[in-house]
Amino acid sequence: MRRVAVIGTGHSKFCFNSEKTQVEMLAEVALDAINEANITPKDVQAVNVGNVLGDFEEGQGMVQSFLANDIGCFNVAASRFEGACASGSMAVRDAVMWVASGYYDIMLVGGVEKATAMGTPLATRTFAMFGDSRYEFPAGFTFPAVFALLAHLYSNKYGIPMAALKEQMAAVSVQSHEYAMKNPNAQIHKAISKEDVLKSFMVSTPIQLQDACPFSDGAAAIVIASEEAAKKLVKKPVYFAGIGQASSGKLSSQQKYLPRIRARELASQQSYSMAGLTPEDMDLCELHDCFSIAAMIAAEGLGFFDYGTSGLAWEKGETRIGGKIPINLSGGLKAKGHPIGATGVSQVYEVTRQLRGDMAEQGRQVDGAKNGIIDTLGGDGVLVSMILSTM
Amino acid sequence: MEYKLTFKDYNQALKRDKLMGLKCNDCGAFTCPPMMVCGECARTNHEIAQLSGKGKIVTFTTSFIAAEGRENEVPYTIVMVELDEGPWIMGNLVAIDPKKVTMDIVGKPVQLGNRVYPADKYSNGDMARPAFSLLE
Ligand SMILES: [Zn+2]
Repeated sequence: MRRVAVIGTGHSKFCFNSEKTQVEMLAEVALDAINEANITPKDVQAVNVGNVLGDFEEGQGMVQSFLANDIGCFNVAASRFEGACASGSMAVRDAVMWVASGYYDIMLVGGVEKATAMGTPLATRTFAMFGDSRYEFPAGFTFPAVFALLAHLYSNKYGIPMAALKEQMAAVSVQSHEYAMKNPNAQIHKAISKEDVLKSFMVSTPIQLQDACPFSDGAAAIVIASEEAAKKLVKKPVYFAGIGQASSGKLSSQQKYLPRIRARELASQQSYSMAGLTPEDMDLCELHDCFSIAAMIAAEGLGFFDYGTSGLAWEKGETRIGGKIPINLSGGLKAKGHPIGATGVSQVYEVTRQLRGDMAEQGRQVDGAKNGIIDTLGGDGVLVSMILSTM
Repeated sequence: MEYKLTFKDYNQALKRDKLMGLKCNDCGAFTCPPMMVCGECARTNHEIAQLSGKGKIVTFTTSFIAAEGRENEVPYTIVMVELDEGPWIMGNLVAIDPKKVTMDIVGKPVQLGNRVYPADKYSNGDMARPAFSLLE
C-alpha cells in the first residue's frame, strides 16, 4: 500500500440556521481545499462525501453527485457515506484506502450537514434512527439518553459518586468552550463556568444541556493524494499513519463492555498498530465529545487514561496544551459544533493544521506536534480512528 | 436461511407480556432481543424460548426531552435491565414517579410488562417495548 497524505483543507464556520444550501456550503470548502492543494477540480479523480440526513434537512438525497458537478469535478465517481456521526470519517478512511491501493492518486473528501433546518423535535427523531429502531427506539431512545445510561453505569462501575462525576463532566465542557473561543470556525463563542453547566436544563439525567453538543450546520473538506503526488504539490503534506474502523450492534448487545465502547478500542488498536505508534506518541487528539461523558469514555478507550480516571485528568488540566494529551483544542463537538456528516472531516482538518503548525496564529498550537489521532463515534455502531503524522 | 424469531412475532408476544428470545443448543446462551445468530457463539443452532421477564436494573435515565411526536411522554424513565437469563434489554420503568428515580434504583429487581409505541410515519407500524415495574 502507498502512503497517503492530506494536501488541502477547507472548513466552514459551524453555525445555527445556515442561509446556504448543503451543496453551497460544501462547494465553498471543497474549493478552499482544492486551491490549497495547488490543483484544479479537473485533477480530482473521485469524490467521497459524508452526509447523514440531507434527505430530511432539505429534501436532498445523493448530495455527493450534485456537489461534484457543482465544483467542476464533472462525471467523477462520487460516493456518499452514512454512518451517523462518523460519516465524514468513514468517507475519509475509504478514500485513503482507494489512494493507498493505487486506484486513484487524488481524491476530494467532504462532509456536510444542515441539521438545524429540521428543528429540534425532528432532529431528535432522526438522530434516534441511529439506534435500533425496532428494539430500542420504542423505549424512548434518544442519544442524550444513551449517554445518560452510560453515565450512570460509569458512576456505578468505577465507584465515582454522581456529584463528583457531574463536576468532572462539567470540567470537560468548560475546557471545550474555552478553546472554541480561539477557533474562528466554532459555532459557540462563549466561555462557560462549571456552575453554568450544573444549572443548565436537565435533558436526560444526569446529562444537562451544557453536557451536550448542539445541533449544527456546516461543512469541511480535504484533498488527499499519494505520497508521490503530494510531494510535488505541497510543502507540508500530512500523512495518514494509521486508520481503523469497527462496528457494534444495539446498545444492549454491547452489555459485556459498557460503559467501554469495544468497537472504539478495536478501531484505535488498528490505527496504532498500522502506524507502529502508541498513545504515548500522540501529541494531540480530536475525539468524539457529543456529550461530556462521551469524551471521558473516548479518552480512556483511546488509551490515554485508566478507566474511570479521565474526568480527573480534565480537572487537572492534563487535556490542555502542555498537559499529558491535549484534547479537542478546536472546541470539540461541544463548542466547535457537530454538523454530523462533516464532523470527521473537520477533525482531520484540525489535526492536519496542528501538524503543519498553522494554529499558532489562533493561539492554540501544540508546539512541535508530530502525531495526532482522531476518533469519531457514529450512533450505536460505527467507530473510526485515524492517526495523522508529519513523517 | 430463515429468520427464526422475527420482530413481528416478538412484538405480538410482547404485547401479551411474553418476552421471547432464542436459546442456543450449542453454548446455552439466551439471545434477547432476537437475532439471526446466537449473540454469544454466532451459531444458528437455537430454538425459540420464552424468558421469565424478571431481572435487575443495571442503569437508567429519566428523560425530559423526546423525539418528535413523543413530547407528551416526558418525563419518562428508560432502564437497561439484566434479565435473569443473562441478556440486557432496554425498556421503561413504570408505576413510579420518573422525577424521583435516583441511583438507588440500580440493582433493584423488576418484572416485565409492556407498553405499545403507536406508529409514526417512519416506524412501519406499532411496537411494544418492555415496561418494567419494581418487584417489592
Ligand atoms: Zn450459542
